[in-house]
Amino acid sequence: MSTDAAPPLELVDLDVVYRVRGREREVLRGVTLTVGPGEAYGLVGESGCGKSTTALAVVGYLPRNGRVTGGSIRVAGDDVLSLSKDELRQLRAERLSMVYQNPGDALNPSIRIGRQLAEVFTVRGIPRAEALTLSHNVLQKVQIADPESVMQRYPHQLSGGMQQRVVIAMALANDPALLILDEPTTGLDATVEAEVLDLVAALQAELHTAVLFISHNLGVIRKMCRRVGVLYAGRLVEEGPVETILHDPRHPYTVGLIRCIPRGGVRKDHGRLDSIPGFLPSIGEQPDGCVFVDRCAIAQSICSTEEPALQRVTPGHASRCHFHEQARDTPRAISEDSGRSLAVDRSLEPLVRVDDLAKTFVQHGHQIHALDGVTAAIWPGETLGLVGESGSGKTTFARTLLGLVEPTRGEVELDGRRLPGQLSQRSQEDVRRLQIIFQNPDSALNRRHTVRRIILRSLRKLADLKGSAAEQRMLSLASEVRLAERHLTVRPTQLSGGLKQRVAIARAFAGNPRLVVCDEPTSALDVSVQAAILNLLVDLQADEKVAYLFISHDIGVVRYISDRIAVLYLGRLMELGPADVVFEGPHHPYTEALLSAVPTIDGGGRDRIKLAGEIPSAAEPPSGCVFHTRCHRKVGEICELEEPPLVEAEEGHLMRCHIPLEELRQLQTAPREVATA
Amino acid sequence: MNAIAVEGHPSEARIARRETLGQLVRSKTFIAGALIIAFWAICAIAGSAIAPQDPLAQSSSVLAGPGAHHLFGTDQLGRDVFSRVLAGSRSILTVALAATVFAIVCGTSVGLLTGYFRGAVDDVVSRLVDAVLSLPLIVVAVVIVVALGHSTPTLVIVVGILFTPLVSRTVRAAVLAERELDYVPAARLRGEHSPYIMFSEILPNITGPIIVEGTVRLGYAIFTVAGLTFLGFGVQPPSPDWALQIADNYTLLPAGTYWWTVLFPALAIASLVIAINLMADGISQVLER
Repeated sequence: MSTDAAPPLELVDLDVVYRVRGREREVLRGVTLTVGPGEAYGLVGESGCGKSTTALAVVGYLPRNGRVTGGSIRVAGDDVLSLSKDELRQLRAERLSMVYQNPGDALNPSIRIGRQLAEVFTVRGIPRAEALTLSHNVLQKVQIADPESVMQRYPHQLSGGMQQRVVIAMALANDPALLILDEPTTGLDATVEAEVLDLVAALQAELHTAVLFISHNLGVIRKMCRRVGVLYAGRLVEEGPVETILHDPRHPYTVGLIRCIPRGGVRKDHGRLDSIPGFLPSIGEQPDGCVFVDRCAIAQSICSTEEPALQRVTPGHASRCHFHEQARDTPRAISEDSGRSLAVDRSLEPLVRVDDLAKTFVQHGHQIHALDGVTAAIWPGETLGLVGESGSGKTTFARTLLGLVEPTRGEVELDGRRLPGQLSQRSQEDVRRLQIIFQNPDSALNRRHTVRRIILRSLRKLADLKGSAAEQRMLSLASEVRLAERHLTVRPTQLSGGLKQRVAIARAFAGNPRLVVCDEPTSALDVSVQAAILNLLVDLQADEKVAYLFISHDIGVVRYISDRIAVLYLGRLMELGPADVVFEGPHHPYTEALLSAVPTIDGGGRDRIKLAGEIPSAAEPPSGCVFHTRCHRKVGEICELEEPPLVEAEEGHLMRCHIPLEELRQLQTAPREVATA
Repeated sequence: MNAIAVEGHPSEARIARRETLGQLVRSKTFIAGALIIAFWAICAIAGSAIAPQDPLAQSSSVLAGPGAHHLFGTDQLGRDVFSRVLAGSRSILTVALAATVFAIVCGTSVGLLTGYFRGAVDDVVSRLVDAVLSLPLIVVAVVIVVALGHSTPTLVIVVGILFTPLVSRTVRAAVLAERELDYVPAARLRGEHSPYIMFSEILPNITGPIIVEGTVRLGYAIFTVAGLTFLGFGVQPPSPDWALQIADNYTLLPAGTYWWTVLFPALAIASLVIAINLMADGISQVLER
């Protein structure tokens, strides 16, 4: 049936519908794309655009209410839609592999890694002993240092990065014609993500496997793929080589998507971020014209009556837009100039000061030093960005500050007064002053309460407002966070992610707080929504002079919003300084590695610094400098024996490293000069 | 406001809620169970009014077999079994329902307290719960009823207390999952006190498991009450209670001729318990998806 000449994946006019509440709704409309031999094709788009549906359709795992209604899917020449169940099974066993977002869910928790991996081979009739040897080899291939011991372990005994390696090993075990990766690194830390991506890239080059790479992150797509397709509302709206799409986008949606991303060192005092107005059409809506027309700034009358065809811009670059020549000049949706005043006066007393703050959790008799002696200050109206891998103590720091967790040692001062460690002992006035916006609005808003009730209750407790006064303040608060009145009567589950986060922001601002902890407030949101939320946070800061403690793993976002940056590693403060100084360097070796790991959509970029291994356990932190086990700039024994003090290397820039600042400057600029020369 | 379109999604949750009800109505198991329960509930309320004869009236036709005059026959005292079966649902339904409500209220409170506070309270109460669960239910109930004396309130309280640990265990598990969600610290950061967080924030989110638990418990409560009554420690004569009828007449069974005096009340108990279980199945399928 299949021939060698056939492309690994060929979708022609693919239509998929989901049956929801008795009606069939189109989720993919005429998607046509081809992944050539050895090619890595990226599929990008915001949530709900049909990325995962495409992948599920290809492997034949559409949910029970999903159905392909038109077009064809060919994997290495085989028509997937006409295969019988057994043939499909065989195809999945031999030629087609898929890696999902969450490796923890993809592995069976009660079977040892070795047996699970060997199954990939035994299902093809290879004897068990031989299968185990092959499993061993394939684990080596995904750069697992100690395959014997890993094969003896259960999935939960491995870290997320290791689990994903095992899943990738399984996917590549039978040398498939096509490998589908659906957001394979979204749940991983930047440093681990970088390693997994490097691994996939290396294996792909070595095995010459065709890859369909699905991601919402243009930076990741840029790093991994040659060609990219942009999906919007089930339509492929633009397709072309990655660099062309990034630098010469020809569809207003792609233009908007790229503009939303804070990058290239852009900061809040430079101006607002652009955003895409409006919302994704609801699933199953059948527009007559272009799917993007409602949100498009350059739309004309023809756009709402006639669906544009995929038009060729240059060979290999196509855009589904009537006016693709003008797409690049799409006007901004949000005016850049804000006239916001964001100056921070550091001659004042700091708003919040934490001194030698430490928290040790006791778990199964082990002492876990989640936070170890952090000293910092935040001034009124300032944003302190907090970065570090998971397990670095970011969240513990925030929760200790808020009083949700009682510190083991050290203290928190607000306006020069010492605050009790426990929330219940703090005065209502102090509770009001320190608030938080959580990462996940789904869990942070009570799903049984209406938005109205959530905001009114906060006003009552935090602002002591009742009756019509509360009612009025609620309306003004809602308009401040740009919630419409109709949003107030519904429950959070009826709102989109962005609107939910606005409700959470309104709640945090109900009592005019002085400091708001933002715990990854945009990481669950799409980039266009993220831009709108970041603009809102900065506007509120300019108006109310509120300070933020902003936790994020997204370097672009932290850089945009922060005045100063604190870098945590294993509960210790490694570096603290003005945002530009920390990002531009010279920086702490850990910061250097962290920054180099982030895939960006900008050209160039630095060589990635590979960190050895994973973050050590906080139960047994390494001796001396806690970072020495992974440090690429380790100077010698002193790093293992002596913990470097946190010293002010230059004005306002604190660092914990044995290497003097000047030497770091030389070390960190040298290789880049060589590279550009 | 009827159709609220929020960001292009027309009031999804409202539709979802209607859909939950719709699914219940479409669930055959739920409807079958509900119909049988509704029948017995009507009998319990209307009682002797809809019974063709006075369920307590004795007559001279003793132990007459089922026939046109006495549909289910008569018992040793010449009372109409059909009328007694219809009227007999009242005592068992009220006692079992009251005991279940009692257990749900107490169990939910205990479960909320232990699940929310954890720590020493949880340790002590949870061990106590384990201890109670290790005792044979009926034997303990008999002992307490004997000690306190027969009365309907005593019966309700005894069965209710014995069921409380089971309910509290289910509620505790649900609370443990809920308290990990960020709306709990969010409420604390508003200065809310623990009772408000437990009852106004967490409780509305765990009604699903509580409703399912309540329905399942009701089925067991009927068993338990019937068992106690049969042993003579539950509902007292002259009530036309089903278990009492069985207790009064089962000695006649070995003769083999007077089966109707026992079979019909027994079928009544079985139909009620099966109906409740059907309903519980239907509810849990819809609520615990």
